Amino acid sequence: MKTHPRGHLTTLEHEAIHIIREAAAQCDRLVLLFSGGKDSIVLAWLARKAFHPAPVPFPLLHIDTGHNFPETLAYRDEFVETLGGRLVVRRVQDSIDQGRVAEETGPTASRNALQTVTLLDALKELKVDAALGGARRDEEKARAKERVFSHRNAFGQWDPRQQRPELWQLYNGRKQPGEHFRVFPLSNWTELDIWQYIAAEQIPMPSLYFAARRPVVLRDGMWLAKTPFLTLLPGETVEDRCVRFRTIGDATCTGAVLSEAATVEAIIQETAASRVTERGGRSDDKRSDAAMEDRKKVGYF
Amino acid sequence: MDAARAYADTELLRFTTAGSVDDGKSTLIGRLLYDTKTIFDDQLAQITEASQRMGEDQVNLALLTDGLRAEREQGITIDVAYRYFATPRRKFIIADTPGHVQYTRNMVTGASTSDLAIVLVDARKGVLNQSRRHAFIASLLGIPHLIVAVNKMDLVGFAQEVYDAIVADFTAFAEKLTVPDVSFVPVSARDGDNVVTPSARMPWYLGGPLLHLLETVKVSGRRNTIDFRFPVQSVIRPHQGFRGYAGTVASGAIRPGAEVVALPAGLTTRVRSIETFDGPRDEARAGDAVVLTFEDEIDISRGDMVVPTKNLPTTTRRVDAYVCWMDQAPMAPGATFVLQQTTRQTQAVVDRIEYRVDVDTLHRAEAERLGLNEIGRIALTTSAPLFVDSYRVNAATGSFILIDPHTHVTVGAGMVRGEVRDVPGRAGPGAPGEPAATGPVSANVVWEGWNIGREAREARNRHRAAVIWLTGLPGAGKTPIARQVEGLLFARGCQTMLLDGDQIRHGLCGDLGFAPADRTENIRRVGEVARLFFEQGAIVLCAFVSPYRQDRDRARALVPDGRFLEVLVTAGDEVRRARDPKGHYARADAGRVADFTGVSAPYEASVAPELVIDTDGAGIEACAYRIIEALVARGLVPAAQGDDRGAPS
Repeated sequence: MKTHPRGHLTTLEHEAIHIIREAAAQCDRLVLLFSGGKDSIVLAWLARKAFHPAPVPFPLLHIDTGHNFPETLAYRDEFVETLGGRLVVRRVQDSIDQGRVAEETGPTASRNALQTVTLLDALKELKVDAALGGARRDEEKARAKERVFSHRNAFGQWDPRQQRPELWQLYNGRKQPGEHFRVFPLSNWTELDIWQYIAAEQIPMPSLYFAARRPVVLRDGMWLAKTPFLTLLPGETVEDRCVRFRTIGDATCTGAVLSEAATVEAIIQETAASRVTERGGRSDDKRSDAAMEDRKKVGYF
Repeated sequence: MDAARAYADTELLRFTTAGSVDDGKSTLIGRLLYDTKTIFDDQLAQITEASQRMGEDQVNLALLTDGLRAEREQGITIDVAYRYFATPRRKFIIADTPGHVQYTRNMVTGASTSDLAIVLVDARKGVLNQSRRHAFIASLLGIPHLIVAVNKMDLVGFAQEVYDAIVADFTAFAEKLTVPDVSFVPVSARDGDNVVTPSARMPWYLGGPLLHLLETVKVSGRRNTIDFRFPVQSVIRPHQGFRGYAGTVASGAIRPGAEVVALPAGLTTRVRSIETFDGPRDEARAGDAVVLTFEDEIDISRGDMVVPTKNLPTTTRRVDAYVCWMDQAPMAPGATFVLQQTTRQTQAVVDRIEYRVDVDTLHRAEAERLGLNEIGRIALTTSAPLFVDSYRVNAATGSFILIDPHTHVTVGAGMVRGEVRDVPGRAGPGAPGEPAATGPVSANVVWEGWNIGREAREARNRHRAAVIWLTGLPGAGKTPIARQVEGLLFARGCQTMLLDGDQIRHGLCGDLGFAPADRTENIRRVGEVARLFFEQGAIVLCAFVSPYRQDRDRARALVPDGRFLEVLVTAGDEVRRARDPKGHYARADAGRVADFTGVSAPYEASVAPELVIDTDGAGIEACAYRIIEALVARGLVPAAQGDDRGAPS
């Protein structure tokens, strides 16, 4: 009995659906962490497939830093409606107003780190015991070792030395009250896989991913979008360049790349030939060699 | 959709790498990533800077994979890390595991999802216990392909003798394992020789570089494609008019209309449809995440399993399994756990530990407990029945994890051998190595143990006992090959016995017909008889159509691992009919023989027979030599002069 080998996208798609279903079956209160970036878009797309013809049985949670590209919010609302999903938004601004966090100051200030507090507060408030995230293991070295079902203690923290062994396709979702899981169905996907899947599925994407002439500022070798949240340093000037974004996060720390890729196919070509990781464009990872590891330990996405 | 993605869809190969800190494993992976242009400029800049900071004169590629801060500080890899790279031919996922003694659990974890394992050997040190341990774990976890990368060839002057000696040494060890495909490649990970590009410094090596092997090895997949098993994940019920069951096909395939039974309820129905978001499908295969609907409204919930009515898994509460222990606190008999197998969770208690396997020597040792990173064979009882197949035949339904009921941590990884059927009071010489009895036991019978142990008989015979089970359709050539093999072994002074269908049915099984139940009983008796001759020290040749896989597996379970060689003998339909030794085909075609395998009764092929012999156009003698070679290669029979004259394999 011969079978034809399955392509990697089919394999990855079915594995992700299996994981999403396992999380929903083993945990009681789930959310899907939705940033409006490509990974969370693909994740939400897969969640819809996983429960079809039933609707996605859990809400999408957006932690809004307030420093958004305007396109992101417009896209978010439209995409959620297409999906027939339910959206919950929690705002970093509220955490600041409540005195839960203090805003960073100075021209390089970012709200990226502040998100963690808003996120953990939201998970507690919504009594979430599993949060689905779009993180991939190829993004960063610390993520390469994280489990698909990644355990978080009662403080929402990750302990890389106490990770549960994860074997075969058997995911252990058991936990103590107050603990939760981050579940990463896209763990084995690469950036290229994501784009190939977007192309194959013809998923509508936010315009920021496609190259266009945009006002940008060159800082530390990175092109940052000129938004109302960005304060110019002495000597910096706003330039008009043809750029696109490889990741979409907080507008103050997401770098653009010079690119002419205005279609998904062109992006796939560019990604396949790229010599810089996508997180290479994120200033938050550049703070130290172990920046990501430190942030994950305290409960970052 | 499928057409649109075709251009991008390539095969996916998952492999695991194991090696100790000094074998240069991280460097090898770094080299694979670097030479396949998977490393990005910013990563390279990061590690270049780090290498300079650590005072190294060249870029340390190992830094690419040593991800966590603790690892960089200690200079070791502490956990399984996953890496990705792609070539135009394939996409690869590496499960990178460390090789320290205490990290067996990580190796097991990495091996559990891999199609291939790379074992690193330092050319200066040769095959160490660690290399053997890695190979054993790969074999235990059922990985079909093993590549031994002999690294640091630059430090031994690229000497062929060094490489050849390591190949010979490792080959001798690998014969004890059940990995079907072992290959070797000499490399220098530091300089890149034979990693991605062929090395000019080792012209004596005629094989391809490591990447070539990775790109061309057959992705057989670890999934069983024969036995349909569908563990239900959840019920999908959006409205009164739709009731479907979500799950991933664990093995086999299914089509609408197929007759199935839902376990444990035992209710029979037919598949009405296979639903996906992208529309209904006419088939679902192993690995497909789908929703099934059925003709009848039957009560099914998460943890149940849907299977074909004519191909059932074993339903049991007593499990005989290998387990790798992963917790600081040792496992002892009497301990209770939550056992998770497919989508099913139930309580389990450890009845006893049969033995511990010394992963360096493969010897069995008596054990009262299993400590962290130890592997042993245990007997478990569960509170609810499980639906299992043996791990060897079906990893998806033969694997399970044990979870501590208090901390909820995963503490053990298990591989099912079969169902436990106790012989009360079983003891006696050789008991730890004794296979559990798997047949019925008469009342009031106590097992006294063998009077003279098999090992003593084997020592006198100067060969080891084995059961060679030739299976296949009538006329494929089983009996002639078995007769030839027995003649050759006898001539070498081996103790032998030959059992075949007609001979057995003229006495022991003369009361049985050819209905499925009778066939099963026939094979059960043959298996028990073979076992008696086996214990007497003989090499037992059994030539039986034995069409049901489960029956053959039961016979296999009667003797220790590595002593049962299933040989699938095949021949084309025309050849079989032309041979038709007893005129059966002619009579079956005329409808005068009911239940004739291959004509009016089914034959279930095995997933992984030890040997497949196609007799089309091959002489009996050449076929017989292939079996002799297999016996010699496994160390069951000593090599004799002239063994190399065998048939091309």
